[in-house]
Amino acid sequence: MKISVDQSKCCGSGMCVLTDPDLFDQNEEDGTVVLLVEQPDAAHEATAKEAASLCPASAITIS
Amino acid sequence: MTELISEELPKTRQNPFDPPAGVTEIRNKARISRLKFADGHLGWLVTGHHQVREILGSPKFTNNPEKHHVFDKRFQSDVPEDRRKAEPGMFLSQDPPDHTRLRKMLQGQFTVRRMNQLSEWIGTIVDDQLKHMRTFDGRADLVKEFALPVPSLVICALLGVEYDERHRFQEDTAKMLSLDSSFKEAMAAMQRIQDFMRELIARKKANPGGDDMISDLLATGEPTDEEASNMAMLLLLAGHETTANMLGIGTFTLLQHPDQLKILKDEPEIIDNAVEELMRYLSIIHFGPMRTATEDVEIDGHLIKAGDTVLMHVPTANRDPEKYPGNPDELDLRRPASGHVAFGHGIHQCLGQQLARIEMRIGFSKLFQEFPDLRLDVAPEDVPLRTDMGIYGVHSLPVAWSS
Ligand code: HEM
Ligand code: SF4
Repeated sequence: MKISVDQSKCCGSGMCVLTDPDLFDQNEEDGTVVLLVEQPDAAHEATAKEAASLCPASAITIS
Repeated sequence: MTELISEELPKTRQNPFDPPAGVTEIRNKARISRLKFADGHLGWLVTGHHQVREILGSPKFTNNPEKHHVFDKRFQSDVPEDRRKAEPGMFLSQDPPDHTRLRKMLQGQFTVRRMNQLSEWIGTIVDDQLKHMRTFDGRADLVKEFALPVPSLVICALLGVEYDERHRFQEDTAKMLSLDSSFKEAMAAMQRIQDFMRELIARKKANPGGDDMISDLLATGEPTDEEASNMAMLLLLAGHETTANMLGIGTFTLLQHPDQLKILKDEPEIIDNAVEELMRYLSIIHFGPMRTATEDVEIDGHLIKAGDTVLMHVPTANRDPEKYPGNPDELDLRRPASGHVAFGHGIHQCLGQQLARIEMRIGFSKLFQEFPDLRLDVAPEDVPLRTDMGIYGVHSLPVAWSS
């Protein structure tokens, strides 16, 4: 599984960080998403998917 | 396709916690249907969870108030055209790129990490307010003494507004948001808040370096003064009555669901999930959000034409059995409640949601720890409901305690 994020779409809602702070963080400056882990291990696959589906701005994609 | 048409939005609630049965009936027939607006427009009513998300997530809709048709005379009646314009800085009403530019200036101040760092401080505000409640000798109005002061104190301090000045706009905020106010009163109240905000901006500019959100915002040098004062006003308005109403009606809900309250007391670690479930179950933004299509768009087989206004009904969407199968109408503090649309969806999704979550987490936890035998001090049917207000909740909540 591979996660990618699009900062230009992100509206800094923090939903991804709330869902899995191991995978996502937010930039201190403008609150946009910072991807911590591109290829999550099996233990984080479910939360990665959840974060992608919760993201209000469709800024997270899973492939 | 023949569409279901409603002459008006059913507003009668059968009990304090469930959405009007009439809207649930509409949802069960058609998650997207047509609704007659007060100005004669044949608009749309969206009651399905998936459909609300799709519309709020779509760039083909705007929240510009100039584009919206009038859904209910009491809400938008005699507003003159020029007053419906989105003011510079009111990014809730703006589209990209303005929305993006303005929201970005604040996003860094509302991150999950920043908000978590406030936990301890918010805890002391809650503790102080609970001590204050204790001075009332066994009975008090929870709204007046707890639910409203906590978020007001928090937002004032975050924005850098002095204690003495709080009263200057707290009353005006209530006037502005109350449907009991005449249009003239509401506009006068808004004017006073705007004047107050302008003064505040001028003062902060004259004394830079303050440790608050407005000072930080001004320090970026990005917003114009007018934008900054309207942004501050938006934060104040959006940040204070909403959380207050969740604390008020949330407490009422827990007191009326003793089995659920017991679960929360026995398993305090479920508080974060309990907050999500209360948000879903109560859905206090109960008329809206609203959007107007900027081009023709097909949603779920329905052709929404450019210029059509759509009213989203969050309370029924958050109880859509397609999203929450089984028992969507029950309060279940252990259910996976995430994914609700009580904070909206799309680029306008609530900027203050992480702050609101923390205020509720700490507020509910400490309230029931401090007052384990808290109970209602009137018959449940005598609790005055904010049925006709833009933000749902209770006007007051008389409570009592013995220890
Ligand atoms: C339980 C409490 C709250 C609820 C239920 C709530 C709900 C909402 C909803 C539904 C929206 C989206 C409106 C739309 O799409 O038309 C929104 C937007 C917003 N909220 Fe909240 N909110 C709460 C607390 C707060 C707090 C504490 C703050 C700030 C300190 C805040 C600031 C904002 C702002 C600035 C927006 C506009 C965002 C934008 O347009 O990009 N809210 N809120
Ligand atoms: S959930 Fe989406 S919009 Fe929110 S911070 Fe993460 S990437 Fe950005």
